[in-house]
Amino acid sequence: MSSAPTTPPSVDKVDGFSRKSVRKARQKRSQSSSQFRSQGKPIELTPLPLLKDVPSSEQPELFLKKLQQCCVIFDFMDTLSDLKMKEYKRSTLNELVDYITISRGCLTEQTYPEVVRMLVYEFFIRFLESQEFQPSIAKKYIDQKFVLQLLELFDSEDPRERDYLKTVLHRIYGKFLGLRAFIRKQINNIFLRFVYETEHFNGVAELLEILGSIINGFALPLKAEHKQFLVKVLIPLHTVRSLSLFHAQLAYCIVQFLEKDPSLTEPVIRGLMKFWPKTCSQKEVMFLGELEEILDVIEPSQFVKIQEPLFKQIAKCVSSPHFQVAERALYYWNNEYIMSLIEENSNVILPIMFSSLYRISKEHWNPAIVALVYNVLKAFMEMNSTMFDELTATYKSDRQRLEDYLILPLLSYKCHFFRVKINK
Amino acid sequence: MAGASGLGTGPGAAGGDGDDSLYPIAVLIDELRNEDVQLRLNSIKKLSTIALALGVERTRSELLPFLTDTIYDEDEVLLALAEQLGNFTGLVGGPDFAHCLLPPLENLATVEETVVRDKAVESLRQISQEHTPVALEAYFVPLVKRLASGDWFTSRTSACGLFSVCYPRASNAVKAEIRQQFRSLCSDDTPMVRRAAASKLGEFAKVLELDSVKSEIVPLFTNLASDEQDSVRLLAVEACVSIAQLLSQDDLETLVMPTLRQAAEDKSWRVRYMVADKFSELQKAMGPKITLNDLIPAFQNLLKDCEAEVRAAAAHKVKELGENLPIEDRETIIMNQILPYIKELVSDTNQHVKSALASVIMGLSTILGKENTIEHLLPLFLAQLKDECPEVRLNIISNLDCVNEVIGIRQLSQSLLPAIVELAEDAKWRVRLAIIEYMPLLAGQLALSEACGQEITTKQMLPIVLKMAGDQVANVRFNVAKSLQKIGPILDTNALQGEVKPVLQKLGQDEDMDVKYFAQEAISVVAQRLRKLDFPVKDSGEPSVPRADKNHFPRPRVPGEDTGKGPVYPLHGDTRDTLAQLEIAELVHFSQSRD
Repeated sequence: MSSAPTTPPSVDKVDGFSRKSVRKARQKRSQSSSQFRSQGKPIELTPLPLLKDVPSSEQPELFLKKLQQCCVIFDFMDTLSDLKMKEYKRSTLNELVDYITISRGCLTEQTYPEVVRMLVYEFFIRFLESQEFQPSIAKKYIDQKFVLQLLELFDSEDPRERDYLKTVLHRIYGKFLGLRAFIRKQINNIFLRFVYETEHFNGVAELLEILGSIINGFALPLKAEHKQFLVKVLIPLHTVRSLSLFHAQLAYCIVQFLEKDPSLTEPVIRGLMKFWPKTCSQKEVMFLGELEEILDVIEPSQFVKIQEPLFKQIAKCVSSPHFQVAERALYYWNNEYIMSLIEENSNVILPIMFSSLYRISKEHWNPAIVALVYNVLKAFMEMNSTMFDELTATYKSDRQRLEDYLILPLLSYKCHFFRVKINK
Repeated sequence: MAGASGLGTGPGAAGGDGDDSLYPIAVLIDELRNEDVQLRLNSIKKLSTIALALGVERTRSELLPFLTDTIYDEDEVLLALAEQLGNFTGLVGGPDFAHCLLPPLENLATVEETVVRDKAVESLRQISQEHTPVALEAYFVPLVKRLASGDWFTSRTSACGLFSVCYPRASNAVKAEIRQQFRSLCSDDTPMVRRAAASKLGEFAKVLELDSVKSEIVPLFTNLASDEQDSVRLLAVEACVSIAQLLSQDDLETLVMPTLRQAAEDKSWRVRYMVADKFSELQKAMGPKITLNDLIPAFQNLLKDCEAEVRAAAAHKVKELGENLPIEDRETIIMNQILPYIKELVSDTNQHVKSALASVIMGLSTILGKENTIEHLLPLFLAQLKDECPEVRLNIISNLDCVNEVIGIRQLSQSLLPAIVELAEDAKWRVRLAIIEYMPLLAGQLALSEACGQEITTKQMLPIVLKMAGDQVANVRFNVAKSLQKIGPILDTNALQGEVKPVLQKLGQDEDMDVKYFAQEAISVVAQRLRKLDFPVKDSGEPSVPRADKNHFPRPRVPGEDTGKGPVYPLHGDTRDTLAQLEIAELVHFSQSRD
């Protein structure tokens, strides 16, 4: 396929061995494409007449010839070589793009393989979107091998290229029903490899965008394959270090799934709890954001199923010394829908949250957080004042007993002693 | 007995009779169910203690089933568990009962998290050695089969690592089944599984009978080497090395070489990189004839590959390639077939390629001999010494000693010394550091080789060294002190007294602790020589202090003891202040004169 040269992916580890070149500053000069090999000698293309200048009977043949000419690759990274020929190619391509957009009857059967071979993105997209386009002919050339190579290109470092690829793949998915299962499977493999082997792939965000619209179009009831994809691929995607690069798209996919089938809420939430970030606060804030989006669409019956593990985690977040995490968690209390859910279930949620909230109100270093916590405590007090008072009293007496025991020397096994005692 | 309902809950239950000695064990078991991950983790790490206390019977009947069910736990805990179980054979009653460990490990081998799976596979491999052949066929092989036909890819990838350990001791019928299973994994739908299979192909081939290798492994290898995913193909190249070691020359030519040739020209640079990276192993495995006919031409192509990574990998292997060639042909092959390409690489556009070349090119001088080195290699060294990239310069300087041996110090100093002098003022401190570290060696060789060696040392090298005493980087300065200490014995007393001593004294006042320390060590050595008392004079190059680097702590001197050697410093790192040093220097002096 000829296209603007792609830059090879920059990775620290590729298939188990590290590329030494990335340890140095790579940004100084752009790398040459690994798919492009220079021909050596300069290429000469004989200029062909313009399409509009020839009679319409000769246009198809001329069109084909021009397509073939444009298959010749030039090194556009080298700004000095082959200037005349590059200019010719550039103008020819523009001409072809216009031609295909405007003219009728130009997509004969012979043109299909030539277009697939040339693969210039702008042209290819017009080609796919053209009214004349017939999938039945094209499927001979746009086959599994083609799709596989297309997916590999998603690893490009150039975001414009990835954007084009996204559009191309989206159109292909739309038009070629026979390829859909294959495309989904290959995307699965790419993600699984990304999560479990390399943690490197540049095109995750774009692929997730496509998946978002695919998920949107799922028919109900959801197939087992799709549910498995959610639990075994999308949820583990949350574990990678580079989550920030594609988190928005990922969260969108998750929410789409839950809107399609609310019964998936429990596995999703449990999955998120399992992979909850332990050391990266930035990720924690992202997770909290995603969680809120999920809670926005959650059904009350599902909420009840997951409220305990959920609020245990939220209690931990609220007491986090990292103020952004604490703040983000406390902002849940600004969300009307979440508040209504909490209110309905306050007899379960309040005991879980209480001790953390109470402690924070006395001990947290950040005054803004303390202020937010006071508001939350006040909200709880108004929600369920009897329970609130009970909990306050128990908390205080527990603290007193703990202090009494602490008088004993604290050897580790004796810790077990009194801990066991309290559990009883 | 309280234990009848499984592991007891709460203290005292595990003992059954309230036996206090089992109470801590009960606590540990209790902790296995605690909410806090850290406590569960601690408990798992002491699993062997629990097992010992329970005894083999109860470990088998209670602990292991309990563990098999804790699969729904945090990955950290599972990892610790997988590790512990690998050493549990003794705790369950020995090899006859090793198979009891298989159920929990089987579960662990299907977990999503890669590190847990890998550890489980490692433990399974360990345990398989402890199975009796009967138990192996009855329990282990079925486990492998189950894993290999699991529906999620994780179990199938784990299975790949277990074939080679159960094959050797299985019966023939079972062996056929095992091979069949492996074959199907090599053509699995999921690339992850194919990758795992490809990475274990070499290991598996080594335990098979030669016929099976030829009839089954080679086709698998060929298929994997033409897989649609380049990540699979490149693993096949690794397998190629192992397979090649098993086959005869003729077989290699017909069965393996076509695939290898293809790999060396693969359209994916990663596969070509792999060929370059494994070149030495391939060369050894394929033998001299194939190397000459096929591998060398392939190597030439790799040296001029369009992808810099590949060129750099190939450049790294140049020296090893030469060393692994048969002695009689080495020189000609390198001269005629490799050298032209190397000359191109010296002016490569990519700095990593040049740097890789610089780290090995000096080694070629031993292969090519004196004349060729002087005529062909020396210009290349010089060109690289002046390269704009500091790492290239550094790599050349660090390897100059092997060239010393070949062309002799005179020639070297004539051609390279001017360049080296320039480098003493290089902008990069590591380059300067390498120069100053090289100086003693150079000086030593000069002194040994000829009478006027001392002159060259004093006239040309000493000024450079002394000038570097004013370097802004402390590492360079303290190495100046070290070098002066080593060069000292070669120099004459005039130079020592007039030039070296003042510089050393100045360094002794340096603000950096390390500089001061080494300067003071050097001062005492120099002082000794200057005094020319009846000390046993040490040979050049060996300092009269027993310690060359400050990390070595000698035995402290007992009062009244006379070691008969030079000064022994009972110093630790932080008592290196001037006063202590001078005191000791004085003590030494006096104690000797007392004798």
